[in-house]
Amino acid sequence: MTVQVKGQVLDVRRAGAYHVLSLTAPGISEKAKPGHFVTLGIGGEESSMLLRRAFAIHQVHSRGVYGGTLDIVVGVHGKGTRWLVDRRRHDPIDIVGPLGRPFVLPKESVATVLVGGGYGSAPLFMLAEQLRERGCRVDVVLGAATEERLFGSLELKRLASTLTITTDDGSLGHRGRVTDVLPGLMEANDAGVVYACGPMPMLQRVAEIAAERQAYSQCAVEEAMACGVGVCMTCVLPVIGEDGVTRMLRSCTEGPVFRGDRVRWSDVGTVPADTLGAPVAGGH
Amino acid sequence: MTRALISHGPMPGSTPVPDVDMGTTLGSLSLPAPILTASGCAAAGRELDQFFDITKIGAIVTKSVMLQPRSGRATPRMAETPSGMLNSIGLQGPGIEKFIEQDLAWLEERGARVIVSIAGDTVEDYGKLAARLRTVRSVAALEVNISCPNVADRGQVFACRASSAAEVVSAVRRHSDPRMPIIAKLSPDVTDIVEITDSVVRAGATGVSVINTVLGMVINTDTMRPHLAGVTGGLSGPAIRPVAVRCVWQIRQAFPDLPIIGMGGVRNGLDALEFVLAGANAVSVGTSVFHDPSAPARIQEELQRALGDRGFRRLADAVSYAHRSADVAREADDEFDFISE
Repeated sequence: MTVQVKGQVLDVRRAGAYHVLSLTAPGISEKAKPGHFVTLGIGGEESSMLLRRAFAIHQVHSRGVYGGTLDIVVGVHGKGTRWLVDRRRHDPIDIVGPLGRPFVLPKESVATVLVGGGYGSAPLFMLAEQLRERGCRVDVVLGAATEERLFGSLELKRLASTLTITTDDGSLGHRGRVTDVLPGLMEANDAGVVYACGPMPMLQRVAEIAAERQAYSQCAVEEAMACGVGVCMTCVLPVIGEDGVTRMLRSCTEGPVFRGDRVRWSDVGTVPADTLGAPVAGGH
Repeated sequence: MTRALISHGPMPGSTPVPDVDMGTTLGSLSLPAPILTASGCAAAGRELDQFFDITKIGAIVTKSVMLQPRSGRATPRMAETPSGMLNSIGLQGPGIEKFIEQDLAWLEERGARVIVSIAGDTVEDYGKLAARLRTVRSVAALEVNISCPNVADRGQVFACRASSAAEVVSAVRRHSDPRMPIIAKLSPDVTDIVEITDSVVRAGATGVSVINTVLGMVINTDTMRPHLAGVTGGLSGPAIRPVAVRCVWQIRQAFPDLPIIGMGGVRNGLDALEFVLAGANAVSVGTSVFHDPSAPARIQEELQRALGDRGFRRLADAVSYAHRSADVAREADDEFDFISE
């Protein structure tokens, strides 16, 4: 059940290029599953920034006097995220969550690989814990442009059987992309499922590699959203349904986690001609 | 679905909501309260019912439905702008049959009042939609969206010309039950909105909804290309509120008794009151829902408080109150002894 709560900022701390915010979120943190997200109101009630910002739930805690709390990871991209990381302890914050469809967990204990690009690793921590609880082997690969833009490598090293790191500039781990090392990892642990969160091109390649190896992929997308609750229709992407028909699906309510083999990655940002209700010549 | 706003009822220390009759009418349609959702900002009500009781506001105005399923436009479909947003959705929707079968059925079962917004590519489409909805009893009124800016051909924006606006409305009127309230949703992007209003009223509209979004554009300074895939989009939010209030005011001046639904950047009870004072019989809440999904219920309570604070016992008494003559207003102010030397 999704709720809207008046939460409080408990803590803002730096983590490399990112910030981690801890928020009181009674009624949300208790129900959060890996892959769920929250949206935050930005700039207070009279804000000129109307649109809520969406963040994957990174961690949840049950903290005595505060009730449930949750952590999110913020990369400063503009005015809204700047406002967020400038919050101080006890500042009020409007939170809606948990939102979206979480990662689907395997029924049996299969080997898994978790792939995080940049701060896309944020939702993988809870996921790794829950997969381990189910007896699944968890190998993790994290990648970013530079060492500073990796998130959570120390903690994930503790949670995973192995942790592999890639950076575009070679400042840490293998020089290159996560998708360069993914096939080898899948081969080594005989992975049945790959979970991924990060930029679209990374997700596309992860989905392709998984498909080539007859493995499932679960990809959490990051699309620009206005409402986060399913009413505005801005965060859509072309996804093939069970019936084989492509529809423009909302990443907020029908995602953010999609089966990698269902998303038409090459067509993201377009409306493919065979989409249900696609424009005829002349457009609409 | 259970509602889940954590702070139910009055906050500790807050005063009780004053006793104000919030009932309003739009032609033959009586509503127990004046706050509506705005078409395109509430889907078909189901998602928002998680945050507030959708049966407690005046009505749900559903996202404009077309005859056939519609994919909408490519992404990006949205840009945040100062106190507003630009959207270019392109009327994504399931088509009328699925809408009736799924969305209207759910709304009826839920007990919400429903104003159905319809949109078409041609005049005939509108007539067919009206005919199809004629037998659906849960439809309290039709809002005729003749002003969506997100169409490939700006010449297709029916609301931009008096003659085409009238053609659509008369087709809808012809195919509807004569008692069905028909509300034409108008565009602010015209030279004289009173002229357009006059044409739709003559064509059989019961009232008007003002305003739809204002045509706008954002250029991405990194890519140095238009930000929206659809190039242009509709501007909404508090940024356009004064434009909307002006439209309501002008129409009310010309049509003292015409039912008007006012909308454009309503974010709190005082914003809603502004529209009521300008002449709106009901007020739709749109983009603010994206900022605060419980906004319609909150704004309705805030409006009731604002009316009570100003001595109104009935919402209806406040409708068009700003139009009273300056002399009358001055006398009233004298009574309150506001003038200081």
